[in-house]
This record gives sequence, C-alpha cells and structure tokens, in this order.
Amino acid sequence: MEKRELICIGCPLGCPVTVTIEEGQVVKVEGNTCKRGDDYARKEVTNPTRIVTSTVTVEGGKDVTVSVKTQSDVPKGKIFECVKALKGIVVKAPVHIGDVIVANAADTGVDIVATSNVDEK
Amino acid sequence: MKAYDIVIIGGGPAGLAAAVSAKEKGVDSILILERDKELGGILNQCIHNGFGLHTFKEELTGPEYAARFIKQVLDLGIEYKLHTMVMDISHDKVVTAMNREEGMFTIQAKTVILAMGCRERSRGALNIPGYRPAGIYSAGTAQRLVNREGFMPGREVVILGSGDIGLIMARRMTFEGAKVKVVAELMPYSGGLKRNIVQCLDDYGIPLKLSHTVVEIRGKERLTGITIAEVDSKGKPIPGTEEDYDCDTLLLSVGLIPENELSRGAGVEMSPITSGPLVNESLETNIEGVFACGNVLHVHDLVDFVSEEAGAAGRNAAAFVMGERRTSQGREIKLNPIEGVRYTVPSVIHPDQMDDKLTVRFRVGNVYKNCYISVYFDDERISRRKRPVVAPGEMEEIKLEREKLLSYPDLKTITVKIEEA
Amino acid sequence: MYDVIIIGAGVSGAAAARELSRYQVKACVLEKEEDVCCGTSKANSAIAHAGYDAANGSLMAKLNVQGNKMMAQLSKDLDFEFIQNGSLVVCTEEENRPGLEALLERGIKNGVEGLRIVEREELVEMEPNISDEAVAALYAPTGGIVCPFNLNIALAENACANGVEFRFNTQVEEIERIQGGYRLKTNQGDVEAKCVVNAAGVFADEIHNMVSEKKITIIPRRGDYCLLDKTAGNHVKRTIFALPGKYGKGILVSPTVHGNLIVGPTAIDIQDKEGTNTTRAGLDEVITKCANTVKNVPLRQVITSFAGLRAHEEGHEFLIGELPDAPGFVDCAGIESPGLTSSPAIGCMVAEIIKGILDLKENPDFVGTRKGILNPETLSMEERNALIKEKPAYGNIICRCEMVTEGEILDAIHRPLGAKSLDGVKRRTRAGMGRCQAGFCSPRTMEILSRELSMDMMEITKSGGKSSFVVGTNKDQI
Repeated sequence: MEKRELICIGCPLGCPVTVTIEEGQVVKVEGNTCKRGDDYARKEVTNPTRIVTSTVTVEGGKDVTVSVKTQSDVPKGKIFECVKALKGIVVKAPVHIGDVIVANAADTGVDIVATSNVDEK
Repeated sequence: MKAYDIVIIGGGPAGLAAAVSAKEKGVDSILILERDKELGGILNQCIHNGFGLHTFKEELTGPEYAARFIKQVLDLGIEYKLHTMVMDISHDKVVTAMNREEGMFTIQAKTVILAMGCRERSRGALNIPGYRPAGIYSAGTAQRLVNREGFMPGREVVILGSGDIGLIMARRMTFEGAKVKVVAELMPYSGGLKRNIVQCLDDYGIPLKLSHTVVEIRGKERLTGITIAEVDSKGKPIPGTEEDYDCDTLLLSVGLIPENELSRGAGVEMSPITSGPLVNESLETNIEGVFACGNVLHVHDLVDFVSEEAGAAGRNAAAFVMGERRTSQGREIKLNPIEGVRYTVPSVIHPDQMDDKLTVRFRVGNVYKNCYISVYFDDERISRRKRPVVAPGEMEEIKLEREKLLSYPDLKTITVKIEEA
Repeated sequence: MYDVIIIGAGVSGAAAARELSRYQVKACVLEKEEDVCCGTSKANSAIAHAGYDAANGSLMAKLNVQGNKMMAQLSKDLDFEFIQNGSLVVCTEEENRPGLEALLERGIKNGVEGLRIVEREELVEMEPNISDEAVAALYAPTGGIVCPFNLNIALAENACANGVEFRFNTQVEEIERIQGGYRLKTNQGDVEAKCVVNAAGVFADEIHNMVSEKKITIIPRRGDYCLLDKTAGNHVKRTIFALPGKYGKGILVSPTVHGNLIVGPTAIDIQDKEGTNTTRAGLDEVITKCANTVKNVPLRQVITSFAGLRAHEEGHEFLIGELPDAPGFVDCAGIESPGLTSSPAIGCMVAEIIKGILDLKENPDFVGTRKGILNPETLSMEERNALIKEKPAYGNIICRCEMVTEGEILDAIHRPLGAKSLDGVKRRTRAGMGRCQAGFCSPRTMEILSRELSMDMMEITKSGGKSSFVVGTNKDQI
C-alpha cells in the first residue's frame, strides 16, 4: 500500500489530498472537497495531465501575438512537445477564440486553439 | 459638459462586470473609460488557464474570461472609450479625461465606480541594494513582453517573491526556453496560490526557497548575477547563508498595490492596510455616489471574486442612480478585524441598506493551521468555521445575512477573528 | 584640428562647452557613455548649495557662491527646473552650537547673502517635521534645488545649438602631445585639438595623468540615496542638512524640484570608479540617520534607491586651470559637491582660460536661450487642447505615474542630442521615474524608441552598451 500527498490543482482552493494506492490501483482519495478533487487525484497518480498555454505570432493584426491553449489537457510528458509544435507558427489576422492553430499537437490527439481574438489591422 | 449616470474608471474585469450589472439593473447612461487600447485589462496578458470556474463553471484562460465580459458589454451597447486616461476626479464627481482625438475633456457623473486595478511593487520599494542594470523586471512587465509582444526578457532567470504572477511567469519563461533557477520568498510561506506552486514550480523542478531574499544585484549594464540569503524571523538576512546565482534576469513578484492616486485626489478615505478605499456594505466610499471594486479596493487572488464584487458595486451604483436606495438612518455596524484578521471589506455595514446576503472578504496576517474563523456580534459568538489552513496569500470570506443583523437591533460591532483550535 | 576638445559631457563639461560657444571656436565634446549626464551629474543631491560650507578663500567657495547666484537666471534662459527653497543646517545638540556660529561666519565671509541663525521656535514653525532634538539652525534663503538632469542637458543642448559638436560612446584612451596641441586616441579613432579640457569626473585623474608629471588622484566617494514618492514630497519645504561632520554634509532631507523627497547621501571612499552599487549598510545608514534632523520621514514611501560617486580629490578643492607642464591642457577636476551648484561658474572660468590661450573672438550668432521639453501640465486646458489638436501625441499618456505624454517623449528623442535609450528618455521627460519605476511604461517607451529611431527592439537599451532590455523572441532557443 502506498499513500501519496497531493495538492489539488482543480481550482484555486488547493485542497490537500491523500491518495491511497494498492497494487497500482487507486483505492481511496481523501481530503478533497469536491468531485473535481477526486478526479484530479486519480489522474495525477496514474496519468497526470495539464493544459498547456502559450502564444504564436500573428501577421497583419492589431496585436503581434495571439494566445493559445491545448483544447483539453495533455499528458505531462508531452508538455514541451506541444510547446515546440508552436515554434515558428505564424497565423494571419483575423484570429478568433477557438480557431485551431495546430491540429493534433505532438500526436496527443488534442488541438491547440486560439484563446483571444485578434482583428485585422 | 457631458453627463452620465455612471462613469466607470477602468475597463478591466472589475469595470466590465460593474458596467454589465448596472446596465442589467436598468441604468442606460453608463460610460467606461479605459486607458489601454482594448477592454479586458490585465486579463489580456494572463494567458494561462484557471479563470472562471466560479463564474462560468468552466476553466478559461484570462483572454477568454475577458472576452465573455467584453461580449456582454458590447451586446448591451454600453459606451466605452479606449486610449483614454482619466487625469482627475473631483469631489463633486467631475471626471477629467484625455485622449488623442478629444483632447482633455470633463464629464459630470452622478456616480463614479473606481475600478483602476493595481500595480506591482517595484524593486525600489524593497530597497534591495546593488547596481541598477537592465534585466530587472516586475513579473507583470515580463508577462506583457512575453505574452503580448513575443519578446524574451532574458535567458537565465531568478524570481524574487512567490506571488501568483511570479509563479505563473516561472512556467511561462520555462516554456519559451528560459532557465528559471530559483524562486526566493522572503516570508516563511508562499504569497501565491498552492496550486500555482504545484503546477508552475514543482512540475518543472524549480526550487522555491522560503525565508530567502535577494541581498545583492550584480552587473553594471545588464544583470550578471544576484545573491540570495536566508532571513531570520524578522526578515533580516543571516550572514553566512549567501548563495550566488548567475542570471541575466531578475523578476520581482513582491506584491501588488491598489492604484488609488485618482481616489486620493477626489478625497476618498483610504485604508492603510489595503491601500484601497474604505467602503461600506454598498462598496461605497466616504464620498456619496463614489463606489470601488476589484483590485483598486483590495488586491484579490481570483478574478471570479473581482467580477462578483464588481457586480455588486454596479448594482449598488445603479440603485443609487435610480433612487432605490434605502436611506440609512444612522444605524451603522462596524466590522472589527482582530487576532489574525488584517482587514475586512466592507469596513462598516448599514443593515437597512445591505442586500439579503453580504459577502465580507478579508485576509489573514499569518499562516494558521486547524483554526476557526469566528464571527462575534458584539460579545456573542455567532459562527465558527473550521479551516484546515488559512494563509495570507489566499483571501477568505464570511457571509452575513440581513435578517440576522436586523434581529440584533443594538448590535454595534461585528468582530471577525482567527481562533486556534 | 579642433580648437578645443572637452572630455566629458557631465555638467562641468557641458557648462564649459556652453560658455565656450559664446566665442568663435571649433569645439567638440567627447563622452564615453551614450548620452550626456551619465556619471556623477546624474546621481547627486540635486541641491544648489548656498555656499557656507567651503573654506574661506577657496576656489570652491568662490565658484559655489557665484554659481548659486547665476542659477536663477540660467534656469530661465535654459528652461530647467530650479526652486530657491532655502536650506537649514540643523544643530541638535546645544554644545555643537559653536559649529553653527562658525558656519554662519564662514558663510558671511564667503559672500552668502541672507544667512541667519533661527532658534527652535521659529524652526518648528518653518518646518513642523523638524527633529524634536533640534535646538537651532543656520538658515540660508539662497539655498535651492535643481533638476540635475535638465541642468546638464540644457547646457549641452544650448552648446550644441551654438555649434559645439558632441561625440558619444567615445572613450579617450591615450593623449599625445603634438605640434600645437594634442592628439587624443579614442576607441573611435584619433582626434586632435589645440586645447583640451579635462572634465572627466571620477576619471579626471586618469586623463590628467596622461599628460602631466604632477600626478593627481581622484577618489570615488560613494553616496547612497533613497528617493520617496511624491506623497512624501511635502514632508519638508526646505533642504534640511545636519551640521557637517568629518565626511561631507551628513544625511540631508530635501524636496526635489519634481515634488519627491530625497534622503541621503552616505560618504564612502571606494576603489571602483563605476561602483555605483548601493549597499545594505549604506541604505540602512541613510534610513537611520535621516531621523537625526527630520522626524517621521515616511520611509515606506521609498520608490527607488541609487548611489552616486563624488569625484573627491585629496585637497578637497576644485582643480581648475591650465597645467604648467602641459600648455593648452586645462583641468576641470576634483569637481565634487558643490560641483553641480558651481557648474555655471565653472563653465565661465574654463571658457575664460581657453579664451586667454586661444585669443577667441565673440560669436555674434550666439543664442543664450533654449526651450526645454514642453510640459503640458503647465498649460491651461484650452492651450492643452489646441496642442493635442495639432499634435495628437500630446493626448496620449505613456508614463501614468508622472503623466508623461507621447508628445514629450517624441520631443525628447528628436531634439538635438536626443534620447537614444530608456534612461535617456527618463532623464529628459521623467517617464519611468515615478512610483511604479517604469514597470508600466518601459515596454511602451521601447516601442516608441524602436519606431522613431528605426531600431530593432533587441537594440533598445536601458542606458547604452550591453544594457539591452529584451534578448530574443519567444521560443527562439527551443
């Protein structure tokens, strides 16, 4: 039996969570104050994931960069590959929230999408 | 002179939420004055996720969160002016502003909502000795350079202060190819949210050194290195604990200061603790019809609570304009923050003016484990809420009910304090 | 070959250049930094001293009193900030009163006007925040405060407008005697002149020693300062000194011409001539000792701290004159406090010496006035709106702490000897000098510099050299 102490990152409360693992299986999650904490804890000890946010260059827009994120969370081990997938990418204005900037980033099956609107200059 | 019922100073999250709620309550004559080129304020450079869980029940990035409120403002047809700097607010609510197209102009406001936000504490305020080379930035300045302009402020980074912006920037700089060597925090606890330590530092193996500060800055032109040292319980560096770091960048995330120069100019009374206006239950300052909300009032951790607070300020301002407000016939209850509670917002309550439910927000002065947040009506304890841990970096709240306050007709003081278990 | 080369574009060099431009002269100022006012002239107390400090009969005393008397008119002619706010030297122990009397006597002998001793009662009335220990003070109504940047910049701009050439990033490495003058070897090639003025501040000994057998030594004497927010600017109205001790004038507390409060300096002799780093001990000394004369200094309002180096010469005297063993080489060395105050007089003296050597004729085209950067806050709303209509950049605030407009920054960049760096803009317009210390405006000012000077953002510096602000673009090294 193994016990792991985590801080839930599901929301800003940051609940301290204790996960009990037996033979590779999560058998108990304690300390969380909501369902999200339970989900987070189970995932974090088996397959930790994160949302990745960054920016890419925009041409012809009112701004020179546009912010982006992975549409959903990606495995922690893929974070830097996702960032790297954005290197050198230049998009043309206009850009809208939700526009796909990179499809299937780093073979995660997750798209990277714009998180801000950039109008044409 | 042009006249508006409500003039909102600042088009960031607080100003936007205040405008939306005032409009929804029925006031049409609203003007938002924003000094930047766009609405949304600092959220536009906060490209990380974690916003909106409370407001929209989903996790958004800063620009997405801002965009939702901006859309509401546009859909509701609320007037706003960009690139417009407010130069002065007079005691009788004449707002003087300036922009390139209109020059300097004045507006007579029936009510003013202060929503100017806050600024970062600078190196100077900390009196860190050493040279004054390039390469020292407040975390927010670096955030703007990286996130909005696409420039790297440096390659090898040390961060002083564990405020949320500093933690977020540790991860951002790492993503963009910089090496973040250490985060030093003067206090024995972090100034930021716990989850930011996990997902911005721990995830990337960036050490956080509590009770440490920068004691020397080297480099005559560009920063070449710094020295950090451990500090004693009074915050004084302990000789012999110095550690040198080579770096070309020092980011400072050492606190935020509500930006109240305009408020002071108008004669608004300030709290020495929050550096924001003293307000009543309506978020109204000592000047009738001047309201405050968001980080100009007290620095928040979560934009969701800024929106909530600003929504209340907008509704209260609208009620004032529409003559709906119940007059306060003198009965005033003081909030008394003691024993670990540093301040409360609001600081006074007129029970006949308050909403059915009122959220009182505050911060504690230290880390307390397994404690109670207790509320006393004069000498009688009314409530006691168990908390596994409270910390200065995370804002706390209590809720008060109007009915309850009215049932204590002689109530003079509501005391909020931390009681150890 | 130039008639005159002036080494150093600090306040002494600029004053000398400006006074020389009254004559028909081919003159050039060499400055190793990227701008004027980059050394001692930019980091000092910003005081126009009355002149009671220096020893009777000294050159320092003479030029101080003379410079102080010139300052008011010069500030009008050249449009820089100067306020005659008066100064007080505070005595906090009855037994030190003879020191105060001695200072009064010395001042009178030096020709300082209006000096008198004020007793505690009057002192408290004048300055309610004076220390409870204060027993009496020497009041000098002619004491003043000045903008050290704009004094220096104004002198240089006026010199430039009257035909003096300026070369920046030009460091003198060697000086050679040649027929009829000197050859100066610099990092930017050789230049020759009949006369050389050595106004190199803390480096004046190195320059002097290149040509003279009678060596001098300039010791950089560091002074740490704290600058407080404008909300603290009214804490005192006059410049408050402590009765002088062994090292300089003690810790002063003074308003600045821009409404801040300045507290400092320390006096620490160091080796490094670029050692402008503050130290913990130094700042602590400033913070502790200011309470000796003024109570309740709101030190929580500190917005920045800095250190300046006084060019201290062992004899504590200005060394101004042609060197006996180097004809045509004029020293302007050992210019420590009250150097800023004395600078107008120093400029006149240096020009007189050169005039004598070269037999200069008057410059009939000399224009002795200069307009500074327009501060829109001095205008009425109508005037301001007319200005914005004509030049919309004056309606765009860039530095929100000091309320500096884009129009002022453009003026700072495009005027003669214009700003090329953030610090250059800051010294000329105050953008970035306020309570947020450029956190907000620096990216915006960088954009303006980049646009106006057609420089890449990576080339924009804080203060020239390697002081770049950004080092690359996102993901360029991943």
